Amino acid sequence: MDSRYAARRRRNTIAMGLSIAATFVGLSVLVLVLMALLWHGVGGLSLAVFTEMTPPPGSAGGLLNPLFGSLALTVLAIAIGTPLGVLAGTYLAEYGRYGRLAAVVRFINDILLSAPSIVIGLFIYEVVVAPMGHFSGFAGALALAVIVIPVVLRTTEDMLRMVPDALREAAASIGLPRALMIRRIAYRAARAGMVTGVLLAIARITGETAPLLFTALNNQFWSTNLNAPIASLPVVIFQFALSPYADWQRLAWTGALLITVTVLALSIIARSLVNPGKSQ
Amino acid sequence: MSEFALQAGGVSRFRPMSRQEALGRLRLGDLVFRGLTRAAALAVLGVLGAVIIALMVGAWPALREFGFGFLIDETWNPVTERFGAIAPIYGTLVTSLIAMVIAVPVGLMIAMFLTELCPMWLRRPIGIAIELLAGIPSIIYGIWGLFVLAPFLQQTLQPALIALFGPVPLLNTVFAGPPYGIGVLTAGLILAIMVLPFITSIARDVFEAVPPVLKEAAYGLGCTTWEVVRYVVLPYARVGVIGGVMLGLGRALGETMAVTFVIGNAHRISGSILAPGTTISATIANEFTEAVGDLYTSALIALGLILFVITLIVLSIARYLLLQLERRAGV
Repeated sequence: MDSRYAARRRRNTIAMGLSIAATFVGLSVLVLVLMALLWHGVGGLSLAVFTEMTPPPGSAGGLLNPLFGSLALTVLAIAIGTPLGVLAGTYLAEYGRYGRLAAVVRFINDILLSAPSIVIGLFIYEVVVAPMGHFSGFAGALALAVIVIPVVLRTTEDMLRMVPDALREAAASIGLPRALMIRRIAYRAARAGMVTGVLLAIARITGETAPLLFTALNNQFWSTNLNAPIASLPVVIFQFALSPYADWQRLAWTGALLITVTVLALSIIARSLVNPGKSQ
Repeated sequence: MSEFALQAGGVSRFRPMSRQEALGRLRLGDLVFRGLTRAAALAVLGVLGAVIIALMVGAWPALREFGFGFLIDETWNPVTERFGAIAPIYGTLVTSLIAMVIAVPVGLMIAMFLTELCPMWLRRPIGIAIELLAGIPSIIYGIWGLFVLAPFLQQTLQPALIALFGPVPLLNTVFAGPPYGIGVLTAGLILAIMVLPFITSIARDVFEAVPPVLKEAAYGLGCTTWEVVRYVVLPYARVGVIGGVMLGLGRALGETMAVTFVIGNAHRISGSILAPGTTISATIANEFTEAVGDLYTSALIALGLILFVITLIVLSIARYLLLQLERRAGV
């Protein structure tokens, strides 16, 4: 009797120890990645990174053209993807909430949310790059927009559903048509959450590399032409990190640090927008 | 009162109009907006359909040329234009398997820590930190894996594995040297790190959804924490946990950049998990821009189609299971 009790206690202690160890491992991976980024990336940070073009191997330079390219692609992708995502999310939350179409779209959207991004790149290559005959910034932005839509749709729907129905009923009772009720009242009540969705989408596409490899391609030089290949930070990191040149690798680490800081900052801001001061 | 509403709606701001006209306008506006949102929702369905159709059209030349043999042929020779998909498919499955073998137990253990052991004030910070792991882009894991993890494994874990399993039959082919650093095992480890947050956060959510009464009853009987988790929480949360695992698997199968950095890109099937290999996504990422000839491009798109179909099935199962769970919770 006694030994059985001791065995159960022992098993429990082992399991608890393992769970603490697992948590420790998970957290230390995060710390290790961030430390490596700081260790390799901070040394390369200088004004030149933001003012000079990507260099040929063996000479100094910066990341100005990929930084600009990433910014342009992100802005364009958000401009295309956000309206579509918001409108579709509105349909799911307001008009078709319990309908069959909404259920199907919801299911498909959740799948698109985790679909492999490289396949999105292949898709855009097939429908945009191949017919046009050349790689272009537009194609890259379209590929990113396809990734933006499900993120924005999902958060828009979730946030609109959190708006109390009493508000909707109050609006209806004073004779406000549904479209106006949605735009004037539901959107306003859910605004913070919807902005969060856009921030999360930006965070998601900031580091996306795979869909850009064969849509926007890359460009060694300064280019603002979105109808031509354009450099982007993730693709330049990919190219430079796998190169044998030490100064290219250093620039890759610096670029990686910039991307990570941006992404982490965006997700922390997004988090604080949704539940300010909520503590458990 | 309703006049005021119309004013506020901004409809009759410019010229006076009859009540009839104003109501007509509002009705029209409502119809247009409804139509717009519906069209956007349909567009999402359209995107998925278009992806599948575009991939099928692009893959057609290769599939016609090689037929069913494409799925089981190991050759990948751009010069003679003979392509087979089994090596990348094998690499995708094996790396994902390694990732799940590591990430599932670790993820469940972390979820158990967060729901049963962790002091209240620590729960949120640790939860957020684990979720930040999910936010780090895959290219960052790739560069970290290549420059930090791979050299480390080459010097420590891999020689140890080779030495440990060298005398054991069967296992000595699985862990056959030399220790390259990069290879299938390293890719699997990176994938494990990347899917860990997804599994952890879903497992935590479904563990938290277990009614406290059940747990309290078990504690009341004198169960230890481990017994409560093992015999009460896990069976209750089973469907959700499987859904979360499938979701993580879907991510692991399609993950591209991190794997491309560390897998070594060798088009062959090796019995050893220390050897370089390739995955579907890594092959596409590495070779697509350099692919000359329609057949080469088409073979790569066919690989993409296979990947998409596999992930589609896995993700559908995951979402279906999680949906069942929501229904049961009565949302």
